[in-house]
This record gives sequence, C-alpha cells and structure tokens, in this order.
Amino acid sequence: MTIGLSHYLTVAAILFTLGIFGIFLNRKNVIVILMSIELMLLAVNLNLVAFSAFHGDLVGQVFAIIVLTVAAAEAAIGLAIVVTYFRNRGTIDVAEIDLLKG
Amino acid sequence: MYQAIVFLPLIGAIFPGFFGWLLPARASEVITTSLVLITALLSWFAFYQVGIEGHEARIELLRFIDSGALQTSWTLRIDTLTAVMLVVVTTVSGLVHLYSIGYMADDDSRPRFFAYLSLFTFAMLALVTADNFLQLFFGWEGVGLASYLLIGFWYHKPTANAAAIKAFIVNRVGDFGFALGIFAVFTVFNSLQYDTVFASAPDQVGKTMEFLGMQLDVLNTICLLLFVGAMGKSAQFLLHTWLPDAMEGPTPVSALIHAATMVTAGVFMVARLSPLFELAPIALGVVTVVGATTAFFAATVGLVQNDIKRVVAYSTCSQLGYMFVAEGVGAYGTGIFHLFTHAFFKALLFLGAGAVIHALHHEQDMRRMGGLRKVLPFTWAMMLIGTLSLTGFPFTSGFVSKDAVIEAAYAAHSPIGMYGFVLTAVAALLTSFYSWRLMFLTFEGKPREKPDVLAHAHEPPWTMGIPLVLLAIGSLLAGAFFMHYFIGSDQTAFWRGSLVTHGAEHHEVPLLVMLTPTIAMAAGFAVAWYFYITNPLVPFGLSKRFRGLYQFLLNAWYFDALYDFLFVRPAQRLGRFLWKTGDGTIIDGIGPDGVAARVIDITNRVVKLQSGYIYHYAFVMLIGVALLITYFIFAGGGLPK
Repeated sequence: MTIGLSHYLTVAAILFTLGIFGIFLNRKNVIVILMSIELMLLAVNLNLVAFSAFHGDLVGQVFAIIVLTVAAAEAAIGLAIVVTYFRNRGTIDVAEIDLLKG
Repeated sequence: MYQAIVFLPLIGAIFPGFFGWLLPARASEVITTSLVLITALLSWFAFYQVGIEGHEARIELLRFIDSGALQTSWTLRIDTLTAVMLVVVTTVSGLVHLYSIGYMADDDSRPRFFAYLSLFTFAMLALVTADNFLQLFFGWEGVGLASYLLIGFWYHKPTANAAAIKAFIVNRVGDFGFALGIFAVFTVFNSLQYDTVFASAPDQVGKTMEFLGMQLDVLNTICLLLFVGAMGKSAQFLLHTWLPDAMEGPTPVSALIHAATMVTAGVFMVARLSPLFELAPIALGVVTVVGATTAFFAATVGLVQNDIKRVVAYSTCSQLGYMFVAEGVGAYGTGIFHLFTHAFFKALLFLGAGAVIHALHHEQDMRRMGGLRKVLPFTWAMMLIGTLSLTGFPFTSGFVSKDAVIEAAYAAHSPIGMYGFVLTAVAALLTSFYSWRLMFLTFEGKPREKPDVLAHAHEPPWTMGIPLVLLAIGSLLAGAFFMHYFIGSDQTAFWRGSLVTHGAEHHEVPLLVMLTPTIAMAAGFAVAWYFYITNPLVPFGLSKRFRGLYQFLLNAWYFDALYDFLFVRPAQRLGRFLWKTGDGTIIDGIGPDGVAARVIDITNRVVKLQSGYIYHYAFVMLIGVALLITYFIFAGGGLPK
C-alpha cells in the first residue's frame, strides 16, 4: 500500500476534528482549549505540507513554517491571557468563564 | 393722565414681580404703594374733571386686533361711569396696598404679594376703561387671573390652593356664558365697539336668532349670556360658591378683590351695557330675580357662620345682590351708587376684620373672640362705623344707597320688582342681625381667647390705621356727599349717557316703604342684642331645637355638597376613567408601554442564547464557517462559471 496524498489529508482531517471536539467537549480547562487550537493549526499545516509535496512546490512548506511561527506567538499570547485571567478571577475553569452571559 | 392711571399699576406690578429680589422687600412695598396712591389721586382728579366738569375723553392707544370685520383698538373710554369705577378701584387699591405693608409685615414673599395686587389693579383698570367687548374681556380675565393668584397666595396651604382652583373654575362657568355673549354680539352687530353696538341695538328689538336650535330673541339672549358672566364674577346665586372659599387668601386681598372691586365687575358690566339691557326686559327680570335671591340667600347663610371673614364674605355676596336688584329694575345709577358706597364700608369691614385677625395672631373663629372692645378700642370704633354703614344706620353711606335700592325695587311696581323689594327688605333685617352678631361676638361679652393670645393683642400699626380711618370717613360721608350726583337731581347731568338714566323722576313711595330699611335695621339690632348680650344662651337653644335648619344654613344651603354630587364627582369619575382606562390602559398600553414590553419580551428570549461559554460561541462560529464553505463548494464559490 502506497501512502498517498489522501492518507495525509485523512490524518489531517482527523486531527482537525479532534481539535474541534477538544474545544467543544472540554468543560475543564482553558489550557486544553489552547492545546486544541494548536492541534487544529498543526492539522492545517499537515495539509499544507502534504499538498506541497504532492505538487512539488516548496511555497507550501515555507508557508507551514510561517504558520508555526505565528502559532508560537499565538500560544505565548494565549498563555499570557490565561495567566492574567487566573490572577484576576482566580480560576481558569471553562464552566466558570461566563461573563458574556446575558 | 389717563394712560398714567391705567399703566402705573402695571409698572408697579412688573417691578417687584421681576426685580423685587434685587432690592429689600421694603423697596417693593414703597414703590408699588406710592405708584397706586398716585394713581388714586389722579383718579379723583379725573373724577372731578369727567364727572363734575364733564370733560369726557377717548384715547386710542393702539390697534388691538384687525381681522376682517373684527376691528378692535385699545382705547381708553373715560366717561362718568369709568371715572366712578376708577375712583373706587384705585382708592380702595391704594389703601389696601398701604394696609398690606402692616398686615403682611411677617410674610417672606411680600414683593410677590405687592406685584399681584398691582397686577390686579391694572387688570381692573383695563376692565373699567374698556371701549369694546374685547378689552372688557381682557380685563375680565385679567382680574380672574389675579384673583386666582392672590387666593392661592399661601400656596403651601392645600385649602388655599383648592379655593383658588375653585374660584377659577366657577368663574370659567360664568365666563363661558360671557364669551358666548360676546360672540353673539359680534355675530349680530358685526362689531365689538360699545358705541356701534349701542347705536344699532334698537334695530334688533324683536328680532330672533338661532341658538341651540331654537329661535330666540336676540337682545334677551345676548344679555342673558352676558349676565351669566356677571353672575360668575359677582358671585351671584348658583355661581356664588367660590366667594366664601376665596377667604383663604390674605385679608387685604379679600377687602380689595372679593369685596370692593373685582366682584363688582359684573355690576359694572351690566351698568356699562345698560343700553342693551334696557332693551331686554326678560334679561332685566332675571337680573332682579337673581340679585334678590342672592341678597336673601347670602344673608340667611351669614346668620350662622362662625368665621369672621366668612360672615363678611356672605355679606358681600348679599350686597352684590342688592346692586343687581337695582339694575334689574332699571335704576343703574342706584346700583352703581350702592357699589360706590359698598366699596367703602365693605373694605372697611374687611380691613377691620383683618386688624382683629392680625391682633389675635390669625385667629378667625368668632367663637374664640369676645371682649375685644377694651383691648382694641380703635379697631372697635372702625368696625362700628363699618357696621353702621352696612346695616343702614340713618345718614351713613350704606343707609343712603341701600334705601335707594329698596325704594327703586318698590317703585318698579311690577311683580318682579315686588319680589326684589320683599327679599331685599328681609335681607336688610338679616344683614343687621348678622352684622351686630359679628360685632357682639367679637368685641363684647367675656373674652374667649386663649390668655396668651389676648395678652399679645395690639392695635394695628399706622400703615393699617390710616386706611381704616379714610375708609371710615368714606363710609360715613360719601353717600350723603355724592348722593345728588349719583341718584339725585343732578343724575342726568352727572352720568351724561354713560349709563341709562330715567331722569330725576321722583319716586312716590309710601312712608312705610321708606322706613322699611330703618325698621329692619333696628329690629335686627334688637334681636342681635337680645341673643348675644342679654341672653347668650338663646342662640344655642335655637340651634339645638332647629338643628336641621341650622345645619342647612351653616352649610350654605348645601350648595357645595350639591355641586360636589352633580358636577365635581362625575367630573372626577370621568377624569379617572380617562386617566386610568383611556390614557393608561389604551394609549399607554398599546403605544409606548406596549411596544417597550414587546421589545423586552423578545430581548429576554434572545438573551437566553447568550450562555457566556466560549465553546458555545466557538461552536456557532464553526457551524457558520461550515455552512459558508458548503455553500461555496456547491455554489462554485460564487464565481461565474
């Protein structure tokens, strides 16, 4: 069995879906949400790299590196927000973050 | 000069009214009082010039309203009738201003009080100098406004507010008729100018006009409508209920407005329009009947009142009835003469009563007075003169004019005149009784005041004393002095057509009729003496035995209760219905409140969507993205194919 493009895409889709459900079904912790977002970004990166290899175009891989950089920055900011939030509210329990409630 | 007479009081009203706060209250008092006193002096001069020397004047000040056929100008009409009213109004007003300096000395809003007083004086002068119906109406409403403001002067007292509103509303009833009358005058005569109307009035005799779907005699209808206005302003029977309540105002106000001047506006109006009334026999009959009924009715009620000011107020009501009786039988000069003398002695009585009230720290109940003659001898003497004049003691002013009224009623030799004669004669008896009752309860007998009040009782200051003395002189002498001008041999030369005079025909009346008022006065005095000096327990016994009658009189024939039942309660019910159901339920319910409530309902449902959990928002976002992408996939990204 040759490992083709569709295999990569399937793995990426599974990872992405896992990330989504990680966000929705998680009732515990904001950090898990951040991790899920990272997972989704990585799934998208996998897509980019897979298509890059498939088309033989290096631009996709360069783009994946850029996404990784952005993801790192985003993770740093996200964690900073979480820390600040914890200082202010004393919790990062998702079920208790409901200030938007009408 | 005439402009000064009319407009100096207006200046005197504007100054303290708008700028009184800039200066100490004393400045407002001095300025308004001196302006009005100057006006009074000018008025006496005008009276001499116009009444005695015969220099009448018409001064057009400005065009008032020009609209099609309605051409009215603001013109001062100075003839004898106006001059008489100028003298009455400005003299009493000036003296009341002076008196108020003493009487209101403890009040904090004196500038306001003096502004209102002067505003009233201006409106009254505008009324009496009017040359057309519109100007008359301006003054008419102006005095109504001033009266409202002054009755409610102590606006922190709920009773004063209620009395002010009552006076205003009852006057509206009268003014409705008055306004209809003016409209009718314009429709029929196509002019509001007195002279034009009077000149063409004889052509209208016997003609009819349509009113409320009926064909009615023109002049009788107009005069009756106008007289309804006079009934309201002059507190005649059926529209009298506001006057006793108006005593809630400060006493100088009662003296000026509710005794000497404003309430006589109706009497003045009938005299001014006497050329019209003279052609309307039915209206004249109504004038007499209403006047006589009022004279009798108010006198009976005055018998049992306990508030010193209310006694004098019902007395005013009664004396106004006398004036209308005289006018109703065609003796307009006599009516105005009684108005003239009445202004003196009634203002004197009111100001004297005010002096008593002032001395006793605003005690008005005669049951808590008594024995004041030794404490307040000056006030007693002044009240005595006023009472003598009111009851018609021979040769006082009141005697001269009241006799003339009663004789005129008798001399009319008609059933209506007879009705007027009998009722006014009986009223004279009652007048004498209640006046002496007032005197005896207040000044004689044992003191019934609280000891500390009596200890502080004091004679009035000179500012209150001087007006009393001057009015007392007027009450004693004005009648005899001016008699031959007003009703005697010189009357035609004196009035010179400013009102209808029937020449100096000599009334042949029996001696008994001539003596009737004097006999009535003596009898009333004797009964009062017996009841309140020799046998003070008799009145209590009578009031116990005739409890129903006593209550009937004490409650003024239950007119207030009747009107309350007939008009006030239904009006309140209607108002409550319109407020609660009409405005609250229907308009607010469907309109603003309804819309707002629906908006709140909807938003309450929308709010439930906002759980506040991040993953809910993210989920919705994702579904949205999924839908968008699905759409773009199946629709080809919206690109042209």
